[in-house]
Amino acid sequence: MIPAHLRYHRAGDLTEALRLRREHGDLLRPLAGGQSLLPALKLRRDAVDTLLDLGRLTELSYVAARGDHLAIGALTRYHLLLADPLVARHAPILATAAASVGDPQVRHAGTVGGALAQADPAADLPTALVALAATAVLTSVDGARLVPVAELAVAPGVTVCRPDELLTEVRVPLPGPRRWSYRTFARPALEWSLVAVAVADGRVALAGMDRTIRRATAVETALAEGASATAAAAYADRDCEPADDVRGSADYRRHLSRVLVARALADAVEERR
Amino acid sequence: MSLIGRPVRRTEDRVLLTTGGTYVDDVVVPGALELVFVRSTVAHGRLRGVDTAAARRAPGVVAVFTAADVDLPPLPPEAGVLNQKMTTPLLADDVVRFVGEPVAAVVATGRAEAVDAAALVTVDVDPLPPLVDPHEALTDALVLHPDAGTNMVLKLGFRRPAGRAELHEGAEVVIRQRMTNQRVAPGPLEARAGLAEWGPDGLRYRAGSQAVHLWRAQLAAALGEPEDRVRVVNGDVGGAFGSKAFASREDVLLAWAARRLDRPVRWAETRSESMVAAGHGRAQQQSAELGGTRDGRIVSYALDVVQDAGAYPRIGSILPFWTRTMLTGPYRIDRARFSSASVTTTTTPVVSYRGAGQPEAVAALERMIDRYAAEIGLDPAEVRRRNLLPPESFPVTTLTRARYDNGDYPAALERVLAEADYPALRAEQSARRARGDVCQLGVGLSTFVELTGADTRSEYASARIQPDGRVTVHSGTCPHGQGHGTAWAMLAADVLGVPVERVDVVFSDTGAVPAGGGTGGSRSLQTGGMAVREAALALVERGRDAAAARLGVPAGTVEFTGGRFRAASGVDVGWADLAGGDGLSAEATFQPSAATCPYGAHLAVVEVDVETGRVTLLRVVAVDDAGVLLNPLLAEGQVHGGLAQGAGQALVEEVRFAPDGTPLHGDLHRYAMVGAAELPSFDTVAMQTPTPVNPLGAKGLGESGAVGLPPAVQNAVVDAVRHLGVRHVDMPLTAERVWSAIRAATA
Amino acid sequence: MTIDTRPGAATVTVTVTVNGRPQRREVPARTLLVHLIREELALTGATVGCDTSSCGACTVLLDGRSAKSCTLLAAQADGAEIGTVEGLADGDRLHPVQEAFREHHALQCGFCTPGMVLAAVSLLAEHPGPLTEQEVRHGLKGNLCRCTGYHNIVRAVLAVDAARHAG
Repeated sequence: MIPAHLRYHRAGDLTEALRLRREHGDLLRPLAGGQSLLPALKLRRDAVDTLLDLGRLTELSYVAARGDHLAIGALTRYHLLLADPLVARHAPILATAAASVGDPQVRHAGTVGGALAQADPAADLPTALVALAATAVLTSVDGARLVPVAELAVAPGVTVCRPDELLTEVRVPLPGPRRWSYRTFARPALEWSLVAVAVADGRVALAGMDRTIRRATAVETALAEGASATAAAAYADRDCEPADDVRGSADYRRHLSRVLVARALADAVEERR
Repeated sequence: MSLIGRPVRRTEDRVLLTTGGTYVDDVVVPGALELVFVRSTVAHGRLRGVDTAAARRAPGVVAVFTAADVDLPPLPPEAGVLNQKMTTPLLADDVVRFVGEPVAAVVATGRAEAVDAAALVTVDVDPLPPLVDPHEALTDALVLHPDAGTNMVLKLGFRRPAGRAELHEGAEVVIRQRMTNQRVAPGPLEARAGLAEWGPDGLRYRAGSQAVHLWRAQLAAALGEPEDRVRVVNGDVGGAFGSKAFASREDVLLAWAARRLDRPVRWAETRSESMVAAGHGRAQQQSAELGGTRDGRIVSYALDVVQDAGAYPRIGSILPFWTRTMLTGPYRIDRARFSSASVTTTTTPVVSYRGAGQPEAVAALERMIDRYAAEIGLDPAEVRRRNLLPPESFPVTTLTRARYDNGDYPAALERVLAEADYPALRAEQSARRARGDVCQLGVGLSTFVELTGADTRSEYASARIQPDGRVTVHSGTCPHGQGHGTAWAMLAADVLGVPVERVDVVFSDTGAVPAGGGTGGSRSLQTGGMAVREAALALVERGRDAAAARLGVPAGTVEFTGGRFRAASGVDVGWADLAGGDGLSAEATFQPSAATCPYGAHLAVVEVDVETGRVTLLRVVAVDDAGVLLNPLLAEGQVHGGLAQGAGQALVEEVRFAPDGTPLHGDLHRYAMVGAAELPSFDTVAMQTPTPVNPLGAKGLGESGAVGLPPAVQNAVVDAVRHLGVRHVDMPLTAERVWSAIRAATA
Repeated sequence: MTIDTRPGAATVTVTVTVNGRPQRREVPARTLLVHLIREELALTGATVGCDTSSCGACTVLLDGRSAKSCTLLAAQADGAEIGTVEGLADGDRLHPVQEAFREHHALQCGFCTPGMVLAAVSLLAEHPGPLTEQEVRHGLKGNLCRCTGYHNIVRAVLAVDAARHAG
């Protein structure tokens, strides 16, 4: 219940944070909302030398429409997405996904960037971002590089973000999807999705079905080739390797993915604007 | 006007709402040390060594204890009928027997320091084979306590008719079903905690206990101290639900460490620690048989139970006794059999949990009745209607010697059906089936009776008028959320004719209350409450004598009304006039003549998504008759809490171990504790048939929801998918389990 | 000999305003907000019911919004306004949520109560209402209660919501 001794530094601004990342790399662990990191530190399932608290980088808390994309600062907290007018107009799926995250306390503290950096294969908001074909901006003192959100995570808890980089922004292409849907299936009284599905136009993202959130490419291909939603959904778990654990068997996850994809596709059609 | 039956708001609440209560971890004791246990991460193994050197050198560490340091004998099982050779060392000595078993204790100047140092203790264990399956434990192929020579903790049996007579003679249909009444975590929000301080008068142990006097006896015996040198005191207690009925090895070790170090020492369990070490409830593997006629008359019933006791026999091992006692429920059944075997396994010990053996009996029988109803094609309500004991049959002594006081069981059933509009539910169900909806409707019933206050132990109370006219009540009960402060004040105020606000209630302190049986088994109102009432009545007689003396008239001519004693002349005196220097007081010990038997009928409506197996609990209708309700507001609160825990067991909660004995439920990320979002509001209906067993006519009701609701929910879920061929699904009714059952039935 | 150029420190100075009163403490960097509040400031209303950020018993208001004080370092709260249950009543007058909890018997053992009350306060502040029962139930997802079955808690929160719309 008590983290091991650690050091703490609060970054004053992004420039300082990036400089420190360059100088100290992984010795510094970025701390955003801390809703995943702090429980892990308390249970001593994770350890850090020094926490680099990014929580006051208010310059990274924003939602802005910038021509061909909607920019969301990495320090934007979930609850802000729920009521943001630009999100509601261009990417309401993000508000729906954010509403599925944890509980109000978590939504008050948790951040968009933190959710992506955790590389949790069952996280809600990243699933919606994958379906939106969003891009993550990874910034270092040398400048920024763009990585599709779908390629950000490489394994549970591991991303392509280098020790001298910080995830600073997420960009959702505009115009946003004409059809979308978000479906999550969580075990009651437990916080995480067992399987979640995000549909945005022809893109289908799956959470909980592999080591990272992934696109259901076989479904997308079938749809593109004119298959019905029901027929396409049968391919939901193709090429997936879902976990087989105490929360759910691999068989059940596979089955759920097919049901949820079928339902999400049906929803998305119904919501055509 | 009498206070009985009025929804008086709780006197406890203002403090709890404004500054919070005072729980063990809130108490500030200057210089108190903090103790943290090092626990086994291996389910079964020979302890080769515990290296404490690094921990001893860590900052702030005062001591690190292992079994070698402990000079106290191991603890006996919590009941005399349990296998006495299976003792519990305070810290594991040569063998560890479950993940979570305490192996060492680190004491430091602060909790953070103790946690840091505990992480430096290394435990060297040679693994022994795990023993997780209680059926495997029955074979004694691997014996967990070699001195005992067996894993058997307690064996019980019963048969009527005796001998080899055919149980199911006369039955046209016999249903057989294996089922699991799964292990669950009691989960009080305040986990276990204690604070031990030794002084010239001995030990003062601040606890979160359900029974301070019992704990005093346990601690004194374990520590080798006379009872008058041990004082056990509760502050506020953050829930218990049966799990804090007995002091545990950690409590004893804590008190011992404080004595050894001659410093106050505190221990506050973490949730993750609690999940593996504080004890679990239920944990029965059941095999049931029910025989009946084609027209719905139950002829015979048999239940065989394997009770998982966990690694060391605690009170949970004895619970099949209550399962047996309540075997035939609220029905007329003439032929019955029962057997149980409580066996040790390399898992967390099993303790008592809300209902304690009775929910297990009810779950099995109610599930079997629905299986039977389905088999003979009769509505489950109708089967119950044809078999419930009629109101004119009371008092009833059942085959298993349970004595039911009174009630109208069929009326409860009819009431729940009416309240829920049962025909409309069945119509809606049929419509959904006909349409082939993805979300099918299920309706489940449970009619049940419980024994409360079943141990019929006496209870103590006193009532005293203070010089300022206020009343102080002392009670032997130990509330932990039930509101005895309010309830006992109501009872005393009602008798003494003073306002509730003028009554102070003292409990949960062996230094202040001479005797007590504590709170558990829904005993408090029918024993402790009655004792308060009797003490108050005795105080009135003392007051009458004192008033007579003061007024110079014979006591027989003094009338007592509205809190004043009046002579025939009209002159009167009040309590404050009579209190004198020392006050005026009276004691009472209430000895209940029998248990009381609350009963009820619960109905659950669920929706099952047949594609995913997801269950949504749409509605709960609970008709409960717990006799006269002292305070309907508090009574309803008890029912709600029980219903939520019952729904939790039915739907989501489950303690599981991997085959190697590793807990799979070890924290609240993995153990699903039921939350607000999983539950509907409850429709509760109170019937109030006064019991003749006590003067108030009150029965216990703290457990009814946990006893009655689980099978109603389970029956509802099976009912929702019955048309797909599903006959049974074990609890908890997780989506995957329901989906698997549907898949198996339709394959 | 190497010179430690790492930023940060193992000890931090935390300045917070708690229930309107400024407080300043120097604590180990690992100190959780709940421990600062309970141990340094001696406000024990917020309790610790779990170690996985699941139960919400430690819920406080951080700049007006519910937060689990066991899932924040005290250092992260530096400069913030913190509200605990001890600061909710106005003298002898209970806050409407406290009053509704009392009136509707929405507490039994009391352990989860301060956190539950503050979660409700935050929920009501965030949502202009009127709230549905489902919204209240989902809004209290971050808080566990083992005694009340939530029934009366939900009823109390709905009553406060109804009263503010009536009044």
